[in-house]
Amino acid sequence: MLANFMAWIDKRLPVTDAWNKHLAQYPAPKNFNFWYFFGSLAMLVLVNQILTGVWLTMSYEPSGDGAFASVEYIMRDVDYGWLLRYMHSTGASAFFIVVYLHMMRGLMYGSYQKPRELLWIFGMLIFLVLMAEAFMGYLLPWGNMSYWGAQVIISLFGAIPVIGDDLTQWIRGDYVISGATLNRFFALHVVAMPLVLVILVFLHILALHEVGSNNPEGTDVKKPKGSVPLEEQSKFAFHKQYTDKYDIVDAIPFHPYYSVKDIMGVAGFLILFCWVMFFAPEGGGYFIEAPNFEPANGLKTPEHIVPVWYFGPFYTILRVVPDKLLGAVAMFGAIIMLFALPWFDRGTVKAMKYRCTLHTVNLIQFAISFLVLGYLGTKAATPLNNMIGTVASFGYFGFFIALWFYSKNEKTKPVPERVSH
Amino acid sequence: MSNVPVNNGRRRFLTAATVVVGGAGVAGVAVPFIGSWNPSARAKAAGAPVEVNVGKIEPGQLIRAEWRGKPVYVVRRTEATLNGLAKFDDQLRDPNSEKAQQPSYATNAYRSIKPEFLVALGVCTHLGCAPTHHKGDFDQFVDGMSDGFFCPCHGSKFDMAGRVFQGVPAPLNLMVPEHSFTSEDTLLIGVGPDSSEGAA
Repeated sequence: MLANFMAWIDKRLPVTDAWNKHLAQYPAPKNFNFWYFFGSLAMLVLVNQILTGVWLTMSYEPSGDGAFASVEYIMRDVDYGWLLRYMHSTGASAFFIVVYLHMMRGLMYGSYQKPRELLWIFGMLIFLVLMAEAFMGYLLPWGNMSYWGAQVIISLFGAIPVIGDDLTQWIRGDYVISGATLNRFFALHVVAMPLVLVILVFLHILALHEVGSNNPEGTDVKKPKGSVPLEEQSKFAFHKQYTDKYDIVDAIPFHPYYSVKDIMGVAGFLILFCWVMFFAPEGGGYFIEAPNFEPANGLKTPEHIVPVWYFGPFYTILRVVPDKLLGAVAMFGAIIMLFALPWFDRGTVKAMKYRCTLHTVNLIQFAISFLVLGYLGTKAATPLNNMIGTVASFGYFGFFIALWFYSKNEKTKPVPERVSH
Repeated sequence: MSNVPVNNGRRRFLTAATVVVGGAGVAGVAVPFIGSWNPSARAKAAGAPVEVNVGKIEPGQLIRAEWRGKPVYVVRRTEATLNGLAKFDDQLRDPNSEKAQQPSYATNAYRSIKPEFLVALGVCTHLGCAPTHHKGDFDQFVDGMSDGFFCPCHGSKFDMAGRVFQGVPAPLNLMVPEHSFTSEDTLLIGVGPDSSEGAA
């Protein structure tokens, strides 16, 4: 009965074939470690954001007069409204945590290198859209930090010569941030950006499955057809799209092996997530900032205006530059550098462990610089903080510059042909 | 397909013509989508001039008015403040107000119509935060200067004529909006003294 039904479907839509190609017969390297949790966790959080987001729109009122009150209404009067909102707000921060870790994994194991450049670029586009999505979403509660955060970020476009002022006015739809801005951000946040995001995630996964997953050793599990004796090949059945062209070694099917492993990751993640959501939903003032418990007030800037923590690194780079245009250029430049990473790295060895010591040192200093920048982004702009921020900014950009130089003639260790365990 | 008679020249022409017409169509359709993001008629109407009674402002005091949704700072500066303004000229980016951040009638040493009244937008020229007025304790930011404006967002500093200091992120002096005095004590924000200057 069920078999007949599936046969009927498969004749009309390649469901079983897609399932096999992307899950049950997708060859994933057998040596994934915990760093490989964060891709599937990011998808889990995306689903959480979409679901809770849809439910929040049912009670939210997107207008300058009603937005703040409707969020209070959700928190106090709607059954489980507080839970849905905290799932959404905690999810926003969780999204960035897992995405930053996911990106770090890519850096450590060289997962952006040839032939995965396009995969990396799709990932970076997802990151960019995610930042736009988070930024617009943060305006919607119409708290005072929402208001002034949006004011600062939109004003960044005013740094563009000639068209800057008209452009900012066009984005706001008013002379200041107003209900008009709120309404358009709402439309973009709940309709346009999520659509783009889902499409990009789809392309990201499609590109991944075309080139195949990297692994902590940076070896290739797809060897030229006929180069590996049968007894050394993986014993599992893989989809013919992979086996027609390659001999597969050191790989296991994604499902059930990694679907089960990822469920372990999900369990661990949800324990932490729920702890924050139930016991510290404001994230100590980092996830939901104190001034946001006051309604937006265009005449009163909060004492310390700082972005939500996940924008911290880029915000610090913006403000340590004592020039409006150059500051904005540096900030956007920091993201462009990441886009161009596959071309900054001129090396061919992927995994950190087989590259030169300098590379490991460089990666560590980059991670530290990023964390320091992020921390400073949530603190006041004192002269000392600005000085440290300047040093960390040099560390951030220096990572890419140094990489470009030493990766050309790098002294690397021999990379094994096969995964040894 | 291969032995189908093909007129390549005509095919190219038709393709190009379709692209041009289609492109014009897309450009035309984009107009309402882009145009709808401009300030609406209602938003523009809300930008009317605002009257402020300045008679009751104490010397040294700052009051905030709202014009087009933006804070406007009105300060009655003391004699001492006015006399001290020139002392720090060498630390300012634009001490002589050469950049068009004020109407022509306020392009003077005090950046105002009446020396004692500073009228300036409380909008930092960096990224639009509202600078804080520090009265008496500004020397923590600039040695020897008692009053000034400090932007809490990114640390930009302005003197009591709204002139920006060097070495801070803000590039320009605080904006002095069109304004005029309709009587001794009545300030009108949004309209200049000479009606030909008009409402901005």
